[in-house]
Amino acid sequence: MSVAKNLPNLSRRTFLVGTMNTGLVMTLGTVLPGCSQEQAALEFSGGDASATFSPAVWFEIDGAGAVLVNIAKAEMGQHVGTALARVVADELGAAWDAISIKHVDTDPKWGYMVTGGSWSVHTTWVQLCQAGAAGRTVLRDAGASLLGVTPEDCTVADSTVSAGDQSITFAEIVRNGDVSRSFTDEELAALPIKPASERRFIGKDTAALDIPEKSRGAAVYGLDVELPGMVYATPLIPPTRYGSRIIDIDDTAARDIPGYLKTVVITDPSDTIQGWAVVVGESFPAVMNAAAAIEVDWEAGETAGVSEADILAEGARLAADGSTGVLVVDDGDVARARAQAASTHNATYRTATALHFTLEPQNALVEFKDGKCHIHAGNQWQSLILPYLAKALEMPETDVILHQYYLGGGFGRRLFGDQMIPAALAARELGQPVKLVFQRPDDSRFDCVRSASVQQFDASFDADGALTGIEHAAAAGWPTLSMAPGFLAPGVDGNGKFDTFSISGGDHWYTLRAHRVRAINNPLAQKTFLPGWLRAVGPGWVGWGVESFMDELAERAGEDPIAFRLARLDAAGKNAGTSPNSVGGASRLAKVLEDVRERSGWGRELPDNEGLGVAVCHGQERNMPTWVACVAHVAVDPDSKEVTVKKLWQSIDCGTVVHPDGALAQAEGAALWGVSLALHEGTAFVDGQVRDRNLDSYTPLRMADAPELDIRFMESTETPTGLGEPPLIPVPPAIGNAIYAAAGVRARDLPIRI
Amino acid sequence: MTEFTLNGKAVQTESPDDTPLLWVIRDELKLKGTKFGCGIAQCGACTVHLEGTPIRSCSVPVSVAAGRAITTIEGLDSPPGKALKLAWVNGQVPQCGYCQSGQIMQAENLLANNPNPTDDEITTHMTGNLCRCMAYTRIKKAIRAASEEM
Repeated sequence: MSVAKNLPNLSRRTFLVGTMNTGLVMTLGTVLPGCSQEQAALEFSGGDASATFSPAVWFEIDGAGAVLVNIAKAEMGQHVGTALARVVADELGAAWDAISIKHVDTDPKWGYMVTGGSWSVHTTWVQLCQAGAAGRTVLRDAGASLLGVTPEDCTVADSTVSAGDQSITFAEIVRNGDVSRSFTDEELAALPIKPASERRFIGKDTAALDIPEKSRGAAVYGLDVELPGMVYATPLIPPTRYGSRIIDIDDTAARDIPGYLKTVVITDPSDTIQGWAVVVGESFPAVMNAAAAIEVDWEAGETAGVSEADILAEGARLAADGSTGVLVVDDGDVARARAQAASTHNATYRTATALHFTLEPQNALVEFKDGKCHIHAGNQWQSLILPYLAKALEMPETDVILHQYYLGGGFGRRLFGDQMIPAALAARELGQPVKLVFQRPDDSRFDCVRSASVQQFDASFDADGALTGIEHAAAAGWPTLSMAPGFLAPGVDGNGKFDTFSISGGDHWYTLRAHRVRAINNPLAQKTFLPGWLRAVGPGWVGWGVESFMDELAERAGEDPIAFRLARLDAAGKNAGTSPNSVGGASRLAKVLEDVRERSGWGRELPDNEGLGVAVCHGQERNMPTWVACVAHVAVDPDSKEVTVKKLWQSIDCGTVVHPDGALAQAEGAALWGVSLALHEGTAFVDGQVRDRNLDSYTPLRMADAPELDIRFMESTETPTGLGEPPLIPVPPAIGNAIYAAAGVRARDLPIRI
Repeated sequence: MTEFTLNGKAVQTESPDDTPLLWVIRDELKLKGTKFGCGIAQCGACTVHLEGTPIRSCSVPVSVAAGRAITTIEGLDSPPGKALKLAWVNGQVPQCGYCQSGQIMQAENLLANNPNPTDDEITTHMTGNLCRCMAYTRIKKAIRAASEEM
């Protein structure tokens, strides 16, 4: 999938920049006009495509000066290709209008492929800066040689190397110069990266490259792809995610439906897909009608009777039992603080099951061709699903190729590609391409939902009323345990392993005398459904408890909620921050909090039944902090108790902002997601299944309920951190705290119902 | 067989009368800009125009289009339609973009009948169109900008 600008490919010579093993390589490739990236890479690798030699071509410049930046990240609304290309173009000294991007298909040469965690800019920043700087260095040196001057006399900008009144373009250098060179990691690290003051693109606004085609119905999503000879399919999904078995299928009634072909029972050697069948037909309406007419007799798995209340009760039981879970934070002596407490304050916070509800339903088009399995579907974590596919298809991973498209919403749902498995197994059995599309209720039923959660907070105080310790326990289904157990982290005391994505945010930046955090897996949740990563992931629900409870503690102390927080954001000890990701530590969180305090008019008089509430967060991870402070202004109808969010203010410090307008768009969307999860979304398990499966009863935020937004990014030249998710995190607790200020009611459950 | 006009061209389909118009447009007539979202007329991603009026094509049988004019995002070239497409780019509206064809089709009908809507009129007219990325602030602003441009 590429966003091209129709630049002519005038020359066979192309300057390729990529990584090989642990270094960066520049070379000239002889690329035929119109040839594929794969051919270019093969050329780059000297014709040796063996697995141990797998260069990744980050960008290339052809003889016409066109710069193609390869984007290994999924585009799902963040305009990520634009941001990453801005970094390359800035360091390279390219003209922006020479840049095109391509969202690449899977290939080992791209390395590990994942788009999530608000990681994309942060994790590629140094690599792309260095690749750009290396390209600039090589072009400058080659240009200097062609001009007959020394490199030191040259400047590079606008795709041109200049020295005095002489200049030469990148295109001319690529056509005529010597640009073959390699850099070791040490040499790369020593390259001069531009100081922030000399940047031309980073931090400056630009139009996102993907927006024009998305504004005229021309963007191609996975659902839009077709292949000759394909048939359509939709799954018949069982009563439970795990352990269900098909006893009998009766498709008698479906046989009268024009276009119905057959029903394929799925047997998945990877055991990911249990008890499914796939209805196949000549059109999607035919398979929908057939699916409705087919009777399947299933033997249901053991969780067929599980309810939301059962899951929450199990979570509450585990959270209340101090012996459960894995230690994530263990500072000071919480047990002693508890034993010596003059008084205590305890609270339980809960969140209901929530859905991704990507507007584009899960789908995959699969074709077997020349011994390879080609899968066409938008996906966020290709490196996660490929091994599952290899196991399911009993094929080597390298023979399975995922072709990337625009994602009609990701939000974490497309981190898993489970729908590809039945599509691929059916395509192989039928011997023709299969386009499998989920109907909406099935998409919701087998969503990798955000697990219901229970958090228990126990605070201790001494005789003077000073806070001496907090114990925090959080119980939920763990996405990482089911889908990527290799990423579980060891407990701080060496005992057990935990899902960092189900407790992050508990390890906050407040300085406390004693603080203990336990992450607890809820096994009933784990076996009832496949827990998923939903936008903002752990911090999206952990923060609900942490920041609401902070407000409870501030009130108990008789202090202003912002002053109470600032007193604990002293950047002392472990909260001082470390270079390069968290320079300044908690002092930066204090700064955004002070900023939002001022901008929101905190402390002013408000009409009756209105209130302001505050919350902060450090983004997705402690070692990649995005500092966000949020104030919510709500009104609570005294009779109906209906909550209206009138306005949200946010102050955000994510370090260097690469693409400011794109960053603002991400913050706007994430903040409104926060409103939606706080007030409008949430479902429940009933009889082992998601209850609310479509928009008649699952009700995400609509335009009519969207509050005014006032979002500010702090000026910074620090390392960029993440942005797609963090602005979501403080919104639900800020709303809950504002409701308390307005109506005196403490909300402890999401979605909030007072 | 059903015959109708699609973006000004005469088209026909052999699909059964009760086939949702959406799938005829997408899979038979190959215009993919109209999207499948919820299937129950609640998200608006499948919005097209029937004689200028927005309809949810996932829930309208193709027989309803017989002898009538259907317009999709690809064929939307009315003055408000053009102004909206431009405002969508200028206002950097789309995020994932999946709902945006439907948003534009819905908004065109507002501006065609009410070139100067109030903010409340915009909200009332648009609130049936879900944007899962929640780009509502920009959608509203772009409709306002298109209205001023017209």
